[in-house]
Amino acid sequence: MTAKAAIRVHGLTKCYGVGSGALVALSDIGFSVGEGEFTVFVGPSGCGKSTLLKILVGLDRATAGTAEIQGEAITGPRRDTGVVFQSPVLFPWRTVLDNVLLPIDVLRLDRKQHLATARELLSMAGLSSFERHYPWQLSGGMQQRVGIVRALVHDPKLLLMDEPFGALDALTRENMNMELQRIWMEHRKTVIFITHSITEAVLLADRVLVMTPRPGRIVRDIRIDIPRPRDLSVANTPLFGEYVREVRELLNATGAID
Amino acid sequence: MFGIQHHVLRLLFMVAVILGWEFLARFFEVPAFILPTPSAIAVALVRGVQSGLYISNAWVTLAETFLGFLLGVFLALSLGTVVALSRRTEFYLYPFIVMFQSMPKVALAPIVVIWFGLGMTSKVVSAALVAFFPLMVNTIAGLRSTDPDRLSLMKSLNASPLQIFTMLQLPNALPYIMAGIEVAMIFSLIGAIVAEFVGAEAGLGMLIQSMNLSLDVAGQFSILIILSFFGLGFSVILRLLKKKMLFWDASSRSEKKGGEVA
Repeated sequence: MTAKAAIRVHGLTKCYGVGSGALVALSDIGFSVGEGEFTVFVGPSGCGKSTLLKILVGLDRATAGTAEIQGEAITGPRRDTGVVFQSPVLFPWRTVLDNVLLPIDVLRLDRKQHLATARELLSMAGLSSFERHYPWQLSGGMQQRVGIVRALVHDPKLLLMDEPFGALDALTRENMNMELQRIWMEHRKTVIFITHSITEAVLLADRVLVMTPRPGRIVRDIRIDIPRPRDLSVANTPLFGEYVREVRELLNATGAID
Repeated sequence: MFGIQHHVLRLLFMVAVILGWEFLARFFEVPAFILPTPSAIAVALVRGVQSGLYISNAWVTLAETFLGFLLGVFLALSLGTVVALSRRTEFYLYPFIVMFQSMPKVALAPIVVIWFGLGMTSKVVSAALVAFFPLMVNTIAGLRSTDPDRLSLMKSLNASPLQIFTMLQLPNALPYIMAGIEVAMIFSLIGAIVAEFVGAEAGLGMLIQSMNLSLDVAGQFSILIILSFFGLGFSVILRLLKKKMLFWDASSRSEKKGGEVA
């Protein structure tokens, strides 16, 4: 890889409990992610991908191994990281705009300075006319877009996304995938994206890292050579089908899909 | 949900009940010290208000209730917060909380009057004691109900415990706290009145007690009317406050969360 590594993980292992009853959630995970790369982890539930993300966010600690962001070992949550969760996780007592500015408030940055950024991001996500609305007045897809905008507002270098579209219906999900690609192509953040949808993984990723459970480990690192911007019709091409089959076979072979 | 004609009917029904009461009490010549007629109650009310007797005593009871309420709310919020945020404090205080919870707080009134005398202080303390508990329980429940994902979000931003408290836990607990405050308001009136029953120099509860000794039942009923208007006033104020503060809470838009019941 020619690009500078934004994330470097080596020999990462995570166990819950001790002794013979210990559960190995992650076993000897190693990978590195280049600056501006869109990396997708795909795997069935229980493969430890959410645990891995938690460690990268700095909310959990590895039992063994090292994880570095921008060359620094992760010791806790970092200011240059934005996180998007499975649910939108908005505060109902804050307006859309105030929800987006939450990281600014928490990080004690200047609200005035970031107001323009927040508005710009909202308009990019098609939410301009909703900034004075409250989250409960928006649809699920719009709420999740607010969550993504919030993760970007303090201009983090790294965006960590934990199955952000898992709770949405199939149509909204496809639209959100396109939105995300557009936002990413404009901002070129380093993205770690977690999903259990194989098509979503292939559609979005520069690289797909396939994980299998018990214990969670990476079984293959697939570079997706489909030119961008990709639209939904890409899913009908033989090349796309080829990638999807490769991932599915890997998951089948390891008995991850019952 | 009901049209104007139903509101008219409801009013007519109320009038009919009062007239029926008046008629039955007169027809069967029920003694006034058992069940006075509504007209006698009205006369007592007017007389009491005009003489200034009810007004001056009502002020005393209102002041006791309000001060007791404030004291109770202050204690409940602070102790509730400490218990909710510190497992250790909860562990040590738990036996006391359980004991206090299962005890009828008004039963403390006689002791409170012995400790704090016949003046206002004992009524304030009694009101605070009765108001305190439901609000503390709700404060704890509200602060503990914080969504773990929202907590993760705050932690992922490296939020300090104080930021987590003020930006997330406290606003999140507000619906519970407001429900508790609603109960506390009514309870503090109960606490003040009971303490006045036990022994007081002034107040509506003291008036009821002395009227009881002289078998002035119409007078007692007239004071009950004043007291229920107090309760009504409290709940109107709180409903307005809730509408302003909890516009975002789905369950208070549909009137759901309730506190402990008397």
